[in-house]
Amino acid sequence: MSQNYVLFDRNTKAFVYGYQTNAIQRMLDFDYICNRPDPSISAIINPSRAGIHKAFWGSKEIILPMYRSIALAVKAYPEADVMVNFASHRSAFDTTMEAIAEKSIRVVAVIAEGVPERQSRIMSATAKKQGKIIIGPATVGGMTAGAFRIGNTAGTIENIIASKLYRPGCVGFVSKSGGMLNEAFNIISRNSDGIYEGVAIGGDRYPGSTMLDHILRYEENPAIKMIACLGELGGEDEYRIISALKEGKIKKPLVAWVTGTCSPVLPASVQFGHAGAKADTQKETAQAKNEAFREAGAYVPTSFDGYGDCVRQVFEMLLSQGIVLPLIEPEAPRIPADYSKALASGDIRKPTTFICTVSDDSGEEVLYAGKRLSAVLEDKMGIGGVIGLLWFKKELPDYAAGFIELVLQIVADHGPAVSGAHNAIVASCAGKDLVSSLCSGLLTIGPRFGGAIDDAAREFKHAREADLTPEQFVNDMKRKGINIPGIGHKIKSVKNPDKRVQLLISYAKAKFPSTELLNYALQVEELTTAKKGNLILNVDGCIGILFLDLMTSCKVFSKAEIDEVVRLGYLNGLFALGRSIGLIGHILDQKRLGSRLYRHPAEDIAYMMPSPEDIECKRRA
Amino acid sequence: MAQRGIREYDAKRLLAGFLPQYLNEFSYKGDLALVGPETDLEELASTHPWLKTARLVVKPDQLFGKRGKHGLVLLDADWDMAKKFLQENMGALVAIGDITGRLSHFLIEPFIPHIEELYVAISSNSDGDNIFFSMQGGVFVEENWDKVVRFHVDVLTGIDGVDIKSRLPGDLGEKSTAVENFIKALWRFYAETGFSYLEINPFTFHNGSIVPLDMVAKLDDAEEYWQRKRWSGLAFPEPFGRSLSKEEQFIKDLDSKTGASLKLTILNPDGRVWTMVAGGGASVIYADTICDLGFAKEMANYGEYSGDPNTEETYYYTRTILDLMTRGIDPRGKMLLIGGAIANFTDVAKTFKGVVTALEEYQQKLQDAGVKIYVRRGGPNYEQGLKLMRSVGGRLGVPIEVYGPETHMTRIVPLALKGAST
Repeated sequence: MSQNYVLFDRNTKAFVYGYQTNAIQRMLDFDYICNRPDPSISAIINPSRAGIHKAFWGSKEIILPMYRSIALAVKAYPEADVMVNFASHRSAFDTTMEAIAEKSIRVVAVIAEGVPERQSRIMSATAKKQGKIIIGPATVGGMTAGAFRIGNTAGTIENIIASKLYRPGCVGFVSKSGGMLNEAFNIISRNSDGIYEGVAIGGDRYPGSTMLDHILRYEENPAIKMIACLGELGGEDEYRIISALKEGKIKKPLVAWVTGTCSPVLPASVQFGHAGAKADTQKETAQAKNEAFREAGAYVPTSFDGYGDCVRQVFEMLLSQGIVLPLIEPEAPRIPADYSKALASGDIRKPTTFICTVSDDSGEEVLYAGKRLSAVLEDKMGIGGVIGLLWFKKELPDYAAGFIELVLQIVADHGPAVSGAHNAIVASCAGKDLVSSLCSGLLTIGPRFGGAIDDAAREFKHAREADLTPEQFVNDMKRKGINIPGIGHKIKSVKNPDKRVQLLISYAKAKFPSTELLNYALQVEELTTAKKGNLILNVDGCIGILFLDLMTSCKVFSKAEIDEVVRLGYLNGLFALGRSIGLIGHILDQKRLGSRLYRHPAEDIAYMMPSPEDIECKRRA
Repeated sequence: MAQRGIREYDAKRLLAGFLPQYLNEFSYKGDLALVGPETDLEELASTHPWLKTARLVVKPDQLFGKRGKHGLVLLDADWDMAKKFLQENMGALVAIGDITGRLSHFLIEPFIPHIEELYVAISSNSDGDNIFFSMQGGVFVEENWDKVVRFHVDVLTGIDGVDIKSRLPGDLGEKSTAVENFIKALWRFYAETGFSYLEINPFTFHNGSIVPLDMVAKLDDAEEYWQRKRWSGLAFPEPFGRSLSKEEQFIKDLDSKTGASLKLTILNPDGRVWTMVAGGGASVIYADTICDLGFAKEMANYGEYSGDPNTEETYYYTRTILDLMTRGIDPRGKMLLIGGAIANFTDVAKTFKGVVTALEEYQQKLQDAGVKIYVRRGGPNYEQGLKLMRSVGGRLGVPIEVYGPETHMTRIVPLALKGAST
């Protein structure tokens, strides 16, 4: 920094204390549209994590380093002389004191609200003693147009462009209120060539730097031709400015307004939004301060409404005196719009990568196939109904939903010895977690175990549609050398019927409008069981066939939809879902029992090694 | 966050509890009893047995001074006299200066007969604290202000380097050391207990020890986090003559639970001009403008919301205001100003979403009360926020005018008040 009156220029480098990703991006966006040679942020200080942060520089992405402590950041970047401190009110004091103790840090902006007055006074006095500057606490900060912004100052990039803050004007502005800073930028840009620098000192009683501190800097800075300030009732800060005016320390024209003129007509106990905004004496009222400003030669409007006109009047006077030269307006810069914002405003479109037609969580309540979850519950649709919505995208008749639930209950478990349960148990005993063990069991489901539902449905449907008689079908399959899917069981037989199949059939006979395909399958079973007693219609086959009967007869599905269900293999899902219940039971059972690693007994394995000659032969060949 | 007055009861309780940490010989016991509207006096006497044995002082404890002048202090009384005094005065309407309010809280403490009345006070300013001491304390301290000695304590160096002894009045004689030690300890207590103002006027020597007789204090409520142990059980009462309405209390509670800022003061529930302004700075300017245009008496509330409140918080804030303003019907109709500057980081669309939800809920009542709504706002996502407001107007059948940053911030005030006779 060449001059003491300059807080920030186009080469200012800063640390941001606190992982404030929005503020960081806003600072970088501002740097970018100001055509700064490089970003104003040297590093982020984040006590909970070191590493990097990825941010946009225009449309490119850049990496900012992140340090855990101020000391480490300062060591790495001694050229950074500003710290934008987003620490909470609980740690604002310690972090600010630490920063001003660092030789290379010259300015600290304290954003936190609610910093105790004694802490603020100590920070401020310490900074003054060391020739450093604190902006805040309880402020958004400030900015130098075309050079550097503190955090969120001046808001969105659109606003920065509208208020022409990407290039310097000739007005130095200071206020207490951070919220009004942005409004003042707007007013000043509409009534003059715009802001050179603007600072909000914060609404607390003891700000780290006062309005006068900044006004005196503006007075010294030859690029600033006029000064504007916006004070507030309460405190005596404005009288320090007024004294400086009277003593001739401020020679540039000063536009001033003090807000809070309403306070005399309001009850004395009203506490305005800012902690310091309360007039304890007549002298601290807005009226008295405005009058004193007027007497001291400041340009004072009659109300806030006239503030802009007052700025214009002074600016035009300076222009006519040749003190301010007409500004050659540079081209307004552009910044790439944020994708999410542009999308929300309808400015851009982009083909989506995914389509989802099953559920929608983007609104206030999740939708299952368009139906609100609460309506699903109110209608007592049950698991069967939910499967209807999420798998078939249909509201099924109650008996259809009931059939699905029946299937789930029937296939839920079939003891520990079947392949799926066995594998799940082995995985659980090996110490795998629940989900891994469940997967182990589920991965066993296939053509020979539980996975024949779709195949059975497909083959029987095909045979029926081809108008094959049961005999033709059986012979046809035999000729092709294919076991009929859905027929045959390892241990169940005509004499030892499968109770589960009986339960399914009796439900269907009672509730379905028609069981045509089942009847056909039973004729097939008659033929196969005549050959061998265990070639019965098994549970997979029964489920697949009855589901086709259900879809054909319940009038909710079109022919094309039924074909699709079979083609895409929906129905194995019923077994996978139902059996998961049992598998989880077995896995938890083993965990509860504290079972040890399973090792298959060696005597149960026939070890039959190839002879040494076999191997030798093969290697030589 | 601001400086807040506390009851004399709490001020003396803090003094009795923590001053001894800085001053061994401080033997003030802090025999204090606070009586509120619900206090059971017999129970109080059983937990504070000295009430029935000692001679007593009873005085209102509601953050106002000059109690003696208003004849509200009972001196040298026994328990029966105290009870009678409390019965007569509890709930009584009294006027203190311009403010009229009901007496609701009284402090009882032992009566200390005394002749000597000394004065000590500590206040703060930006470069440090000022300690004021006088031997002519009591009600005449202001008349004798030339006798007051001032000691300045630098905010960085503290009290150690301050020469007190040589500047104390010679008339103190042998008490001089005791007073010096007391002042030093009192400053440390002040600085380390979160005070922003403290006055003991008068204090006296009783059996050779310092006893505070009347005490006034303010705390910096931003210290709450650091002082949570010392301040435990302490409350910040509302200023005399002001009790929070249910709605004000609701917003205050909401405010205390969020990082954002939500403030509401009801000025005149029958007023026709209601405001809902974003920002501590802008809200004052809106109030100024309303008063400038001669509508001070019609201004129903002062309030502000800021610091990026979420949708739910703005919904509750809006609903509270809508509920208040639609309770009564004025044939001339009412105005709601939803104003604000150009926000730095508050998401306008998000906050307005909460506002719109509340407006929809109060559709019928807004129509019945003839409410006209005027909106002006800028900042992040303001286009979306303003669009939301425009569309809700049409939907609700409530007149609503919506303006953005291209319109001067307070322009909606004359627009709203135009044609509304004062």
